[in-house]
Amino acid sequence: MTTTIEQASTHPRAESMAFARAALGRIGRYVFLGFVIVFFALPVLWLVTAPFDRAPALRLSFPSFTLRNFETLLDNPYALRSLGNSLIISLGTMALVLILAALASYALSRVRIPGRDTLLYMLLLLSSIVTGTAAMVPTFVLITELRLIDTHLAVVLVMAGGLLPAAIFILKDFMDNTPKSYEESARVYGASPLQILRHVVVPIARPGLATIAVWSVVQVWGNFLVPFILLRSPENFPAAVIMFTFYTEGGQPNLALISAFSLLFSIPVVLLYLFVSRRYGFRFYGGIKS
Amino acid sequence: MAAITMNELVKEFPGGVRAVDGLSMTIEDGEFFALLGPSGCGKTTLLRTIAGLESASEGRLSIGERDVTDLPPGERRVAMVFQDYALFPHMNVAENISYPLKIQKVTRRDRYAKAEDVGEGLALDGLMDRRPGQLSGGQQQRVALARAVASNPTVFLFDEPLSNLDARLRLEARTFLKRLQRELGITTVFVTHDQAEALALADRLAVMRDGKILQIGSPRDVFTSPASTFVASFIGSTPMNLRPGVVRGDAVSVAGASVPLPTSSVGSVREGQDVVWGARPEYLRWSPEQVDGGIKGTVTVTENLGASVLVSLEVGETFVQFIVDEDDEPAPGTEGWVVAKPERTLLFDAESEQLIGAAAKDPAVSPA
Repeated sequence: MTTTIEQASTHPRAESMAFARAALGRIGRYVFLGFVIVFFALPVLWLVTAPFDRAPALRLSFPSFTLRNFETLLDNPYALRSLGNSLIISLGTMALVLILAALASYALSRVRIPGRDTLLYMLLLLSSIVTGTAAMVPTFVLITELRLIDTHLAVVLVMAGGLLPAAIFILKDFMDNTPKSYEESARVYGASPLQILRHVVVPIARPGLATIAVWSVVQVWGNFLVPFILLRSPENFPAAVIMFTFYTEGGQPNLALISAFSLLFSIPVVLLYLFVSRRYGFRFYGGIKS
Repeated sequence: MAAITMNELVKEFPGGVRAVDGLSMTIEDGEFFALLGPSGCGKTTLLRTIAGLESASEGRLSIGERDVTDLPPGERRVAMVFQDYALFPHMNVAENISYPLKIQKVTRRDRYAKAEDVGEGLALDGLMDRRPGQLSGGQQQRVALARAVASNPTVFLFDEPLSNLDARLRLEARTFLKRLQRELGITTVFVTHDQAEALALADRLAVMRDGKILQIGSPRDVFTSPASTFVASFIGSTPMNLRPGVVRGDAVSVAGASVPLPTSSVGSVREGQDVVWGARPEYLRWSPEQVDGGIKGTVTVTENLGASVLVSLEVGETFVQFIVDEDDEPAPGTEGWVVAKPERTLLFDAESEQLIGAAAKDPAVSPA
């Protein structure tokens, strides 16, 4: 008898304890998540509000609304021009990377050469050097020898060189997944290799190509080092470099200009993501997000 | 429309594997021809060599009057239907069917008109705007066939055309395929590892092993007088009973019994010759009472085949399988006799494994 009474009395207590613990755990988790969200959201909020603030500072405040910052930006002779430069460089690199990577990955996927995979891995490993700090002096010398210093072409070539191995690597996976019988079928009906590439392989690898396109644009759009080293005149600078020159006479960062420019700077990339995501859809393919 | 002639055709892969090993044969104009064999026998390689997807290492190949040995696939006027159908997933049915015409630079209007036309004949009308992914297996196969027909070829090549369909659909598709080939009258070569499919569809078939042809003939020829024990065991839905025996006068002693000498081998054997006695389960008769020339044994396993039953009879160390009507199914453990008609049994030489006797025809390629 006693045991049953005890059991009956301890039971609800244990239940309420468990409930309290679960509730505390849940509260704790939400508080933690809240901190994480705030941590990542603050810069974004700053990016959205500061450009419209009369006196932007490196803190978040309710803005007294103005569009003057954008007027100042338009008065700056290099600001809009630099966005155009960024567009030229990144689209140029994208086109080059897409065409070369598509051809190379198709060939590498279809032709058996000994040591092919080793070659790919080596290229992939070494590719980070091309656009990295370590190779900047030789790259600079090379581009100078080629008399390409202070041209967009130089930036496009160097960036494409750095991006190609990874692009080929990712695209080869897509090409490998395209059944050979598709191509053979087209061949039997008389299609030439280029027709097969255009009619069959490229349409099937389209999600992969879209991934590479977005990825290379984003890589170039945000790259500072390569154009900073290879370009001389401010009218050739892309947006990522021109931002570096936005100082007040007093040597302080000109936050009014920087904030407004940052907003303009980020919009094209966001638009590109939305466009590609809508058009092709981002899907998972063999472990590679596409 | 054209005959296909092979002359000492060889396909050797790097590494020395001879997937096609010196074949010479002719596939007649308008014929429905099957290449049959176990996997790895070279039948698909031979088909791909005819298509031009593999280049021949030696020998000549001609389609009709033209020597096509060195022509690329696109100029051979062949159409190939692949095992996975190889429909382009990003094109709809009409675009898929008209793709060969696009390569031939036919105008868009004419292309789609032709696609409509061919598709209608293959019961694809109303599906023209669908993507291959939205079609059933049978419909996909018909689209692949329609694409082949639309290309207006002289030769059809089918690589395991029915193996991706489920069992019931396969029977329907089989009849359909045969009717289509009859209507178009185009020389057709198809590859299969399913002997039932080959027997049902083909006008003539070739049984292949290790890149060589073991036997060419009509389905009936190959079924009733297989050239070797390999062909005998490969053809037929239940494998032929093949048991070692010795010739004794006008009888063969097999599995402890004395069975009459097969009619086909009378006069072609010598006394005491080691042979392999072959009898199809379908041609063996079951008798609970003793019969002359019967083999005595004990029933061990019975397998239901629907209207008939496959029975395994234990005979000493070995066993013999036979088929009885569902009404005569013996219970396991029953003792009894099986007897074969002499005109339905065969003898093979124990050493060369070749068929002995009058019914043995020269195989197209003499055994190496």
